Amino acid sequence: MSDSLELIQTSSDESALNLAPELCHKMFEKMVTIRRFEEAVLEVYTQGLMRGLAHLYIGQEASAVGICSALNDDDYLTSTHRGHGHLIAKGGKVDRMMAEMMGKVDGYNRGKGGTMHIADMSLGILGANGIVGGGMGMATGAALSAKLRGADQVAVCFFGDGAINQGAFLESANIASIWDLPVIFVCENNQYGEYTAAKAVTAVKEHIAERAAGFDMPALVVDGNDTVTVYETALKMVERARSGAGPCFIENKTYRYRGHHVGDGDSEKTYRTQEETDMWLAKDPIPRLSRRMLKAGMATEAELKSIDTQITQQVQDAVDFAKQSPYPTADEVTDHVYV
Amino acid sequence: MSMSNREITYGEAVREAIAEEMRLDDTVFFMGEDVAVAGGVFKVTVGLLDEFGANRVLDTPISEAGIMGAGVGAALTGMRPIVEIMFGDFIPIAMDQIVNQAAKMCYMTGGQAKVPLTIRTTIGAGRSSAAQHSQSLHAWLAHIPGIKVAIPSTPADLKGLLKTAIRDDNPCIIYEDKLMYSMKGEVPDDSDFTIPFGVADIKREGTDVSLVATSSMVQTALAAANILEKEGISAEVVDPRSLSPLDTDTIIQSVIKTSRAVVIDEAYQSYGITGELASIIHDEAFDYLDAPVKRIGAMDVPVPFSPGLEPSTIPDEDKIVKTVQSLFRDV
Repeated sequence: MSDSLELIQTSSDESALNLAPELCHKMFEKMVTIRRFEEAVLEVYTQGLMRGLAHLYIGQEASAVGICSALNDDDYLTSTHRGHGHLIAKGGKVDRMMAEMMGKVDGYNRGKGGTMHIADMSLGILGANGIVGGGMGMATGAALSAKLRGADQVAVCFFGDGAINQGAFLESANIASIWDLPVIFVCENNQYGEYTAAKAVTAVKEHIAERAAGFDMPALVVDGNDTVTVYETALKMVERARSGAGPCFIENKTYRYRGHHVGDGDSEKTYRTQEETDMWLAKDPIPRLSRRMLKAGMATEAELKSIDTQITQQVQDAVDFAKQSPYPTADEVTDHVYV
Repeated sequence: MSMSNREITYGEAVREAIAEEMRLDDTVFFMGEDVAVAGGVFKVTVGLLDEFGANRVLDTPISEAGIMGAGVGAALTGMRPIVEIMFGDFIPIAMDQIVNQAAKMCYMTGGQAKVPLTIRTTIGAGRSSAAQHSQSLHAWLAHIPGIKVAIPSTPADLKGLLKTAIRDDNPCIIYEDKLMYSMKGEVPDDSDFTIPFGVADIKREGTDVSLVATSSMVQTALAAANILEKEGISAEVVDPRSLSPLDTDTIIQSVIKTSRAVVIDEAYQSYGITGELASIIHDEAFDYLDAPVKRIGAMDVPVPFSPGLEPSTIPDEDKIVKTVQSLFRDV
């Protein structure tokens, strides 16, 4: 039986920062890009320039960036309805993403998918997904494909705390384990599945990762707002999977600062408390990383501020690009039903 | 190209199609429940494990949603998986992966993603297997844009369509009637023989009525046509062979020639293939019809277990004959 549940919950904030400065800069830039992009999504959505739903990733940046920084360009990932962060972390271009948000022809999917379906097959991004748990089988299959082809690629399967209660998890985790497939199951436990507390609907003693321990795979519980710990854990697990040792499960404990989607009311007045949100705001992953970079002498405050300013401009350029891009023309509606 | 034919069974057609495509293309692999060591519950895939090994012929857990998802993921990333779902009645367990993922990936991604996934499953009653192992649920996936659906009625059609499905870059599903696995038929002796989707086949020529039938109902319709011939009614039997895409032209041309049509399918009659085909015929050949288009499907009851009940729920040649006769009464 499993002694495979490992808790790495302790924060690494007070430890020395032993990562390469270039890597820390890259992770900081990606996290700020996600934050500024999501703020821009909020703005264009509120202005009526984007329709449908907008599930913001604000607050969870360390999870996407820490995990994806441990990946190669040709590794795969499957994402979720809250997928913008995963895409940016894996190399997605913000202008084509923003154009897709607005349903424009220059969007990643030529406007046919929108926020919940953005994919970039050239980056191994097999798609965000509108079905909770919908990517679990696909990630397992991508890992099977890599194994059958003799490639050393791995597949990361991002999903939320809600998806752990889908049958797809049991089936995919079992298949990945019996065939030793290189799948990194990453559960982003942001504490709420839509408007319901995960702990109210999830039968575990304390951690969701307990579930995975039963599938004979390493199950790790991580402070998901600590970019450095997430990265170091991912690096170890990705190397393990790449070497043929099989799947693993990482539970990143994190929090979404916004609601389930934009415009769904005031979360702090309904299903969660201001006190709780404030507690998580104090653990915001971006200042946590930047403080450590400053302390380690990897950057000055002015440099980090300048990076932020540049990224803010890039995101504004992406919004302008998306605004001027046309809608697809009516004759495209029947394209791509079949290859 | 060799012009000679060989006689094989419908089940052997499956095995030959898979083996030939696997020899041709290293990215083709086959997985499903009990398909490797046991050779499948219907013994249709015996020998594939020996020839291709456990890396290409995989026994899976009983996890229809999981293996379908794995098939979609493998197809998205350079492989050509063939996934067997033992009974078509189990397709609902994998429905999300087929309907929401496989069938939509190409469209949702604006053409970036392709899913060359082949699904094989079974349909058909008649074995006293009761309500969860006897249904013909092909209309459900024929309803979904983005997946191609074939429903072959002979060994040659099965082999040709399955090979086409495996080579196709889109998700395809082949519905095999489990009662036909031992049925024999001629197949071209050519390992490159394929049949395109979207091309119907006239299984019997006739002039007075078009019997548009699918899968095992093609055989039933042929038997009915022989009876009708003795009564002086010349029936043409049209087999669409694939439902998506559908060869509307061949069906309509046949009805224009005969002026009468009966549509026969083993699925529940309500909201099914027979309704769709009858509607197309009415829309496109109304001016040529001498009688309303009639539909024959399974009774709208769960398939019963008892040999005393089950046969009455499935269309048979007697019902086809009586229905055709009713179209001629007032002429």
